[in-house]
Amino acid sequence: MKIENKAIETFDFSVKYPNGVLGCDSISMPFAANEVTAIIGPSGCGKSTFLKGMNRLSDEFNCTYQGSVIMKNGTDVMNLDPYELCLLRGNKIGYVMQKPVPFSGKTILQDVSMPLRANMEPDGGNVYDKVKSALEKAALWDEVHDRLNDLSTSLSGGQQQRLCIARAIINAPEILLLDEPCSSLDPKSTQLVENLILELASDHTIMIVTHNMQQAQRVAQRTAFFYEGKLIEYDFTNAIFNNPSDELTGDYIVGKFS
Amino acid sequence: MRDYRKGYELAFKIITNATALLVVAIVFFILSIVTIKGFDHLSWEFITAEPTGDMLHGGIWPMIKGTVMLVMMMSILTVPLGTVIAIYLNEVSRKNWFYNIIMSAIRTLAAVPSIVYGLFGFAFFVNIVGGTLDWMIGYEDRVFQERCLLWAAFTMGALTLPTNVISVTEALKLVPNEQRHAGMCLGYTRWEVIKWIVFPQAISGILTGLVLSISRGAGEVAPILFVGVAYFIPHFSGAPLDQFMELGYHIFVMATQSPNVDKAAPVLYATTFVLLVLTFTFNAIGQIVRWIHRRKMSR
Ligand SMILES: Nc1ncnc2c1ncn2[C@@H]1O[C@H](COP(=O)(O)OP(=O)(O)O)[C@@H](O)[C@H]1O
Ligand SMILES: [Mg+2]
Repeated sequence: MKIENKAIETFDFSVKYPNGVLGCDSISMPFAANEVTAIIGPSGCGKSTFLKGMNRLSDEFNCTYQGSVIMKNGTDVMNLDPYELCLLRGNKIGYVMQKPVPFSGKTILQDVSMPLRANMEPDGGNVYDKVKSALEKAALWDEVHDRLNDLSTSLSGGQQQRLCIARAIINAPEILLLDEPCSSLDPKSTQLVENLILELASDHTIMIVTHNMQQAQRVAQRTAFFYEGKLIEYDFTNAIFNNPSDELTGDYIVGKFS
Repeated sequence: MRDYRKGYELAFKIITNATALLVVAIVFFILSIVTIKGFDHLSWEFITAEPTGDMLHGGIWPMIKGTVMLVMMMSILTVPLGTVIAIYLNEVSRKNWFYNIIMSAIRTLAAVPSIVYGLFGFAFFVNIVGGTLDWMIGYEDRVFQERCLLWAAFTMGALTLPTNVISVTEALKLVPNEQRHAGMCLGYTRWEVIKWIVFPQAISGILTGLVLSISRGAGEVAPILFVGVAYFIPHFSGAPLDQFMELGYHIFVMATQSPNVDKAAPVLYATTFVLLVLTFTFNAIGQIVRWIHRRKMSR
């Protein structure tokens, strides 16, 4: 699919697990800046692997890569050395996991401010303001502003996930990777997070993996369908859901398999 | 009828409660015997004075000093090293065949009888390391190649190191991987993940393990038999290159070597009492630190 203003693009990108499984296979995919792109597909089709490959979290699973992931400024994520990679993860690419991961033993304030340390921001006075602004953007400030010194693990699941989003955006990354961020949340929290995604899209490029096709339609301008590690179809969300060009995509969205 | 379920439940309750009671009874029994038989002999002088020649009079200050110094030197040697090794094994190295070999080697070492460590300590630390040091410095007499507190501490360190590594590794394993991955996603380096995320969560488990291995070391006599503990050195200087007296060994001496059994018994029990108090104190400090930390983690 042709995209004018790309924030990041993958070229023939493959991620291989050490046991030989090809998690995602030769994926070439541009992502439109400041838009939400949904990635859908049956479970095990490589959505998470693709996302983890893009910020190289897959390094932690001893994965090997082929192809490239090119940022707007031309850097290839696959060529970064370990320290450059940390800077990239801290400043350019935020990541939110499927299950909320608050850090145990940290207060809400400490938890959200964790990335500031990685960003080498020494100005202590600024921490509170930054945490406040991140929590406001994540629509969590009103609920937690009077309990910032409570443990982050004491929040509800939905609040924890918004805290994780606040944490991911506190350094204002260009790109936000969300791996099924609502799959462990109740409908009300899901709605809050979806609204949040729509708002964040004004100044972030967001990729969201989802199992929920209504969710893709609600939040994403473009949608990609993955199957068995391959990118089958990539188009505007309307086109994918109303007029899929691939038979497999059609079968998936009408629920013939999942 | 489902009545057998009730029967099993009842049996389960009885057995578990009885076992718990048995444990408490054993501890109580040991403590009361030691206390009853040794209490009369305890005094301020007994704790602070040096022993007389027959060791039936005077006090046990050199033994207390020797034991405390031994445990402290052993901890200084073994705790940082064990922690670093465990961090390397669990956080840095890949979990491949090499890792498996090292882990099973460490488990095997932890199971080696302590007397073997004593022999190893004498052969390796006293003769090889000490001898080499003397040779390198050019001493005519033996200075380092002697049994002494220093080599005893090294030997005890070697004994507790494997247990130490295992307990710290177990504590690190309890921190879920998502916590590490979440840290990496925020841009943390591997070291920052360990320092700011893994370690604060594992510290209570680490402390428990350390306290256990230290008190195990404090109670061992066998490994220091050949390496530095002495039968009778009333004026123990506290210098690392001197021989020393130790509570556990003193108890062994009083129980087996004293010609006057009736007179030795109260000294024996009083010394045992002091050793127990010392070990309990080590344990209590560890437990208090752990408790404070637990509260911090789950406020
Ligand atoms: N840690 C891993 N080691 C080996 N294979 C894995 C690992 N994680 C995922 N896989 C495999 O990679 C493929 C893609 O998985 P994943 O990306 O998790 O799928 P999805 O997120 O779309 O459900 C699956 O076949 C899965 O079995
Ligand atoms: Mg997944």
